[in-house]
Amino acid sequence: MSSLGKTVPILTVLTALTALWYAGAVWMNAPFERDQAERAGTTVSFSEIVSNTMSQERPVLPAPHQVIEEIYKTTVLKKITSKRSLIYHSWITLSATLLGFIIGTALGIALAVGIVHNRAMDKSVMPWVITSQTIPILAIAPMIIVVLNAMGLSGLLPKALISTYLSFFPVVVGMVKGLRAPERAQLDLMYTYSATPAQTFWKLRWPSSMPYLFTSLKIAVAISLVGAIVGELPTGAVAGLGARLLAGSYYGQMIQIWSALFMAAFLAAALVMLVGVAHSYVLRRMGEKPGAAAA
Amino acid sequence: MIVVIGALVFWMAMWWLNQRLVGIDPGTNTALARGINLAVPSIFGVTLLVLWEGITRGLEVPTVLLPPPSMIWERIANSLPVLWADFQQTFLKAVLAGYILGCGSGFLVALAIDRSPFLQRGLLPLGNFVSALPIIGVAPIMVMWFGFDWQSKAAVVVIMTFFPMLVNTVQGLAAADQMQHDLMRTYASSWWQTLTKLRLPTAAPFIFNALKINSTLALIGAIVAEFFGTPIVGMGFRISTEVGRMNVDMVWAEIAVAALAGSAFYGAVALIERAVTFWHPSVRSGRT
Repeated sequence: MSSLGKTVPILTVLTALTALWYAGAVWMNAPFERDQAERAGTTVSFSEIVSNTMSQERPVLPAPHQVIEEIYKTTVLKKITSKRSLIYHSWITLSATLLGFIIGTALGIALAVGIVHNRAMDKSVMPWVITSQTIPILAIAPMIIVVLNAMGLSGLLPKALISTYLSFFPVVVGMVKGLRAPERAQLDLMYTYSATPAQTFWKLRWPSSMPYLFTSLKIAVAISLVGAIVGELPTGAVAGLGARLLAGSYYGQMIQIWSALFMAAFLAAALVMLVGVAHSYVLRRMGEKPGAAAA
Repeated sequence: MIVVIGALVFWMAMWWLNQRLVGIDPGTNTALARGINLAVPSIFGVTLLVLWEGITRGLEVPTVLLPPPSMIWERIANSLPVLWADFQQTFLKAVLAGYILGCGSGFLVALAIDRSPFLQRGLLPLGNFVSALPIIGVAPIMVMWFGFDWQSKAAVVVIMTFFPMLVNTVQGLAAADQMQHDLMRTYASSWWQTLTKLRLPTAAPFIFNALKINSTLALIGAIVAEFFGTPIVGMGFRISTEVGRMNVDMVWAEIAVAALAGSAFYGAVALIERAVTFWHPSVRSGRT
């Protein structure tokens, strides 16, 4: 399948979605225009409705170009230090995401190493790690924030902790699988070399777990971002993308919500892509043949 | 202080017991093996609760920070009507309606684009991309469109569950290999027959994977959506208001209910999966 064979369908679907979006904007914003016209005692033609719905001050569904315009205004035209700059808010969210992601990854790897090397830990901890996933942990987010604030911890760390809680799980599951990936014969070979457990770990288990690690990291970084955004909700909408969402919903600023949403989507895509780049770099350094990448 | 030491001693004892338990070789005695596999995590869970209770009581951790489990249990027992009302609003209305609609529409769209490789190639990468996005952010938009009641939460759940279902179903439908397709062809079976007799069964593990992922996503989506505006009932509403009033035990009670509901939901889907995909290696090996 050539790359062109994928781009054309994707572009077609994207174009169709944009067209649908414009149609939706007209359809959902039209009642307001008709209402306005009725109050003014005039009637509006269909073409007038269409052109008006494209540039409403407070649309029910903003048209795509309004969102792009707002993003441009709040990123390029505003100073980065300004409270109204989207880059400023994105950075706040991003820093919490990254901190949480790093702590979560470290914790996840540590737990996985423990689980692989200790039978009691494997039997007792693993089921609870899985159970922790069925708990809607985001629901605790506001409480963690408020409680940590009461303890005097505020700012970056509480949000990062929520990201940590969310991101450690995929890392544990992936790493346990990855560290167990070496086959019996390979482990036996290490044994015949009379390798110490540390040597077996660094020279066999660790390298063979890399594909699993990076697959998990992609999930973990995306979910960290969600954690950071939700973590910003209860702080009273001070700063960050989550705060922009909440402020937008309080004041009915649809365009602001959409632009924050797009920024979040952009961040998520960039983070996942970065992990992907690191993944292929590490695999290449380890001598992976091109085209033979792990699924 | 004595309580703390007691809890720590209990922890040590249980740790030792677990070490002994996993050391037992059950041999061919499957009942014993199953018993050990159940006992070890349960002992660990009980130990966690005892440690939690002992440390919070012994070190007199302020209950605003972390109430002991016994206090949370008392609160649950005392406010069952409120918890039930919240559960009804959030789980029985928003989560279930959104889950069924989202999974159902994802499945139907996957079937609809099944015959068009063009649409599949266009939609699949997008679906994968969207799955990585913080979709929860659409919650405020949905609240504005559909109002404060459960419909807006169900809408968030629909959007969150739609894409995992779509992607997994499309992958699952492509899972049957060429040989099996050829066999169906030699039987002169129609597209519909191939679908129901070959491709849907082979897709079942993928579909159930999506159903399981979605069961947790749905609950999270509904609860977080309630942070953006809700009538005066619902699990997310209760959590955010009781946090504001520093009634942390009520929050924990609500979380316990959410955890229970989430686990039960996941467990129910997993049980149905075992019954439907009884032929799959991962299920068969579990039964021996």
